[in-house]
Amino acid sequence: MIPELGQISLILALCLSILLSTLPIVGAAKDNFIWMNLARPLSAGIFVFLGLSLGILAHAFVTDDFSVQIVAAQSNSLLPMRYKLTALWGGHEGSFLLWTFMLAAWMLLVSIYSKSMPLQFVARVLGVLGILCVCYILFMLATSNPFARIVPLPPLDGSDLNTALQDFGFIVHPPTLYMGYVGFSVVFAFAIAALLSGKLDSAWARWSRPWANIAWAILTIGIALGSWWAYYELGWGGWWAWDPVENPPLITWLFGTALIHSLAVTEKRGVFKSWTVLLAILAFAGSLLGTFITRSGLLTSVHAFASDPTRGVFILGILGLTVGGALLLYAIRAPLMKSELGFTLVSREIFLLVNNVLLVVSAASIFLGTLFPMVYQALTDDLISIGPPYFNAIFVPLMIILFVFLGIGPISRWKRTSTEYLVKQVSKIAVASLFIGLVLPLLVLLEFSVAATVCVILASWIVLTMFKDLRNKVANKSLLWIGLRSLPRSYYGMLLAHIGVAVMLIGVGLTTYFSSERSVLLGPGEEVELGSYAFMFNGHEEIRGPNYIGERANISVTKNDSDLGTLFPERRIYLATGTPSTEMAIDAGFLRDLFITLGEEKEGGSWSMTVYVKPFVRWIWLGAIFMALGGSIAAVDKRYRVLRRRKLEKKKKEASEVALQPAS
Amino acid sequence: MKRHRKRKLTVIIFIALGLSATVGLTLFALGQNMNMFYTPSQVALGEVGVGQRFRIGGMVKEGSFFSAPDSLKVKFETTDYVHAVPIEYEGILPDLFREGQGIVAEGSVDDKGVFSASRVLAKHDENYMSQEVKAALDAAGTDEAIQILQERSSK
Repeated sequence: MIPELGQISLILALCLSILLSTLPIVGAAKDNFIWMNLARPLSAGIFVFLGLSLGILAHAFVTDDFSVQIVAAQSNSLLPMRYKLTALWGGHEGSFLLWTFMLAAWMLLVSIYSKSMPLQFVARVLGVLGILCVCYILFMLATSNPFARIVPLPPLDGSDLNTALQDFGFIVHPPTLYMGYVGFSVVFAFAIAALLSGKLDSAWARWSRPWANIAWAILTIGIALGSWWAYYELGWGGWWAWDPVENPPLITWLFGTALIHSLAVTEKRGVFKSWTVLLAILAFAGSLLGTFITRSGLLTSVHAFASDPTRGVFILGILGLTVGGALLLYAIRAPLMKSELGFTLVSREIFLLVNNVLLVVSAASIFLGTLFPMVYQALTDDLISIGPPYFNAIFVPLMIILFVFLGIGPISRWKRTSTEYLVKQVSKIAVASLFIGLVLPLLVLLEFSVAATVCVILASWIVLTMFKDLRNKVANKSLLWIGLRSLPRSYYGMLLAHIGVAVMLIGVGLTTYFSSERSVLLGPGEEVELGSYAFMFNGHEEIRGPNYIGERANISVTKNDSDLGTLFPERRIYLATGTPSTEMAIDAGFLRDLFITLGEEKEGGSWSMTVYVKPFVRWIWLGAIFMALGGSIAAVDKRYRVLRRRKLEKKKKEASEVALQPAS
Repeated sequence: MKRHRKRKLTVIIFIALGLSATVGLTLFALGQNMNMFYTPSQVALGEVGVGQRFRIGGMVKEGSFFSAPDSLKVKFETTDYVHAVPIEYEGILPDLFREGQGIVAEGSVDDKGVFSASRVLAKHDENYMSQEVKAALDAAGTDEAIQILQERSSK
C-alpha cells in the first residue's frame, strides 16, 4: 500500500507542476498579482510531494520491499544499510526521481532567495522551471514508474546492486552531479524569464550570477568526484577516459564556465547579452543531452542503464520542446538584445570573448566526437568508436591557448587597455614563467621533458599573473591588510578558481606523462621494483565481508630501504550474483600515489598484479576543489545582497515614518 | 560600401574561415581516430587487413580460455557461434571476463589470423549486453546466437 502512496504523491506533484507551469506565467503577462503570487507556494508544494515520493521509495529500499520492481532489481537483503538507501539511484527510474526532486529543491531555493527580485520575474522563472517539472514527471509516469510492482509473486530476495556501485563514490557522485546539472536549469529559467519580459539588463545578469556560480561549483565537484571514483574503482588508474557518458557533464561544464565569464561582462559592461542568453540555453541543453545519452542506451559505456528506445525518444522530445522553444523565443527577441559595442580591440571584454570562443569550440568538438558514432551508425549501419586520441588532439591545444589568455585577462582593463601597459605588466612574468618552466622540471627529473616544461610554464604563468594583479590592486593602499580587506569576495573567488586551474594543470600534465606501471606475476616472498619503489608480496589470506567473500594480498612497500607501510589489494566475489570485483589498494600522497590492482592466482601460489606510481594525481582533484570553492566564494559576494538590504531599510524607514505620523 | 558594413563583412568572413578550419580539422581528427567494429565471422573470413586497428566483439567461447602459468599472457577465442577468432592478450582481464560472456577487444590481427588485443572490455552489468556483441550475434543469425540473445534480453 505504501508504494502506491508514493505514486499518488508523484501525481499530485504533477498536478501542482501543471498549475505552476501555466498560472504564474499567464499572470505575469496579464499583471495578475494573485496568479503570480501562486508561484512560490506551488513550488514549495511540488518540493513537498516529490520529497514525500522520494522518501516513500527510500522506505521501500530500506525495508526490503521486493514487490517493488526496482527494489528487486537493485537491492538485496544482505546489502549494507548505506547501500540499501543509495541503491535508490542505482538504476534509471530511481535516479530520475532523484533528478526531478533536485529540480524541486532548486525551485524551493529560488522561491526563498528571490526576495530582491520583482514578483513578475520570479513568477516567470518558477513558471519555466514548472514546465520542466511537468515534462520530467510525465516522463516518469509514462515510461519509467519507480513504484511499479511485481505482481502477483514478488521474488524472495533482490538481485543485488551492481557490485561496481557498492562503494563510497556511488553514494556521493550521482547526487552531486545531478545537483550541478539541474542547477543550470535555474540559470536557463532566468534567461527565459528575461526573454519573456523583454528586459535583458544588467539586473538580470546580476540575479543570475550567484546561481550560475553555485551550479557551476557543484557541477565541478560532481565531475571531480566521478573522476576520483573511476580512478580508484575501475582498476586501471585512469581519471578520465573520454567515455561517451563522461563527456556530456564536461560539455555542460565548459558551457557553464563560458557562461559565468560571459555573465560577468554582461553585468559589468552591459554587452554580450545575446551571447550570454545563448550560453545559458546551451548549458541547459548539455545537461539534458547527458540524461539522453545515459538513459537511451544508444552508446556503449560503463554508465549505460539497460536500454529502452521509448525513453530515448521521450527525452529527445523534452530536449526538442524545451531547447527548441527557447531558441525560437531567442530568435523572436533577438532585436532586444542589441548592445552598444563600447570597447576596443585590446580590452578585458575581448579577452573574455576569446575565453568564451575557446571554451565553446572545445565543448562543440567534444560534442561532435561523442555523437559521431551514433550518426555514423545511422547513416552507414556500421559500428565505430572514437578513441581518446581524437579528444586529446583537439582539447589539449585549445586549453593551452586558453591558459595563455587566462593570465592576460584578469590583468587587463575594461573598455580599453593599452598594449604597452599590458606588455609592461606581463613581460617580466613571462620571462620568469619560462625560466621556472625550463629549470624546475630539469632539477627534479634530471632530464628535459617537453610536457613537464609546458605544464610548469603555463601553471606559473597563471599563478604569477594572478598575484601580480593582486599586487596592483592593493598597491595604492597604505597597509597591505587594508588593501586585501577592501577587495570584494568575488575577486578572491576568481583568484582561487584560477589558481585551481593551475593546480589541476600540474596534476593532469605530470600524471599523464610521468606515471609508470608494471604488470607482474609474484610468488610469496618475491619483489618487484618500479622507479625507486620496491613492492614485496608477503602472501594472501581469505576474507569475509557482509555480502562477499574474497582474498586479500599483503604487499609491503619500501623506498630506498625505508619502510612505507603495507598495502592490501583484494579480490571479492559478491554472494548474491557471484560477481567478482577487484578492490585496489592505494597509498595516497600529496606528491604521488602508489596503486596496486590484484589479478588472479596462478599455479604455485603466485598472483598476477599491476603496480602503478602516479605522481601528482591528487592535484587534479585538489584543483577542482579550489575551483569549486572559488565559485562559491564569488557567489556569496556582498553586492548581491546590498540591494536587498537597502530595500529593507527603505521599507523599515517608511514603516517608522507611518508609525510616527499619528503622534505628530 | 560604408565603413561599418565593411567592418561587419570582415568579421563575418573571419568567423566563416575560422569555423570551416575548425570543422575541417575536427573531421580530419575524427577520421584518424575512428575504430571500426567487426564481428568474428568478418574477421575469420579475412575482411580486415593485417595490422589495421579495430574492435572485435563476441562471446568468449566455452573451454577456450588458457592462462600461462608463469606470465600474464592469456589466450581465448571469441565467437558469434559461426566462426571463432583466437585472441591473445597480456595483462589483467576485467572483473566480468568469463567464458560464455560477451566481450569487446581492441587491437589488430596478424597474418595467421590471431587477434592481439591491447585492451579487453567486459561490461559491468551482467545483464547488459554491449551493442557490439549484440550486433555480432544478430549478424550471425544462427539458432544458438539468437537463443543467447533472447536469454539475455528476458532477464
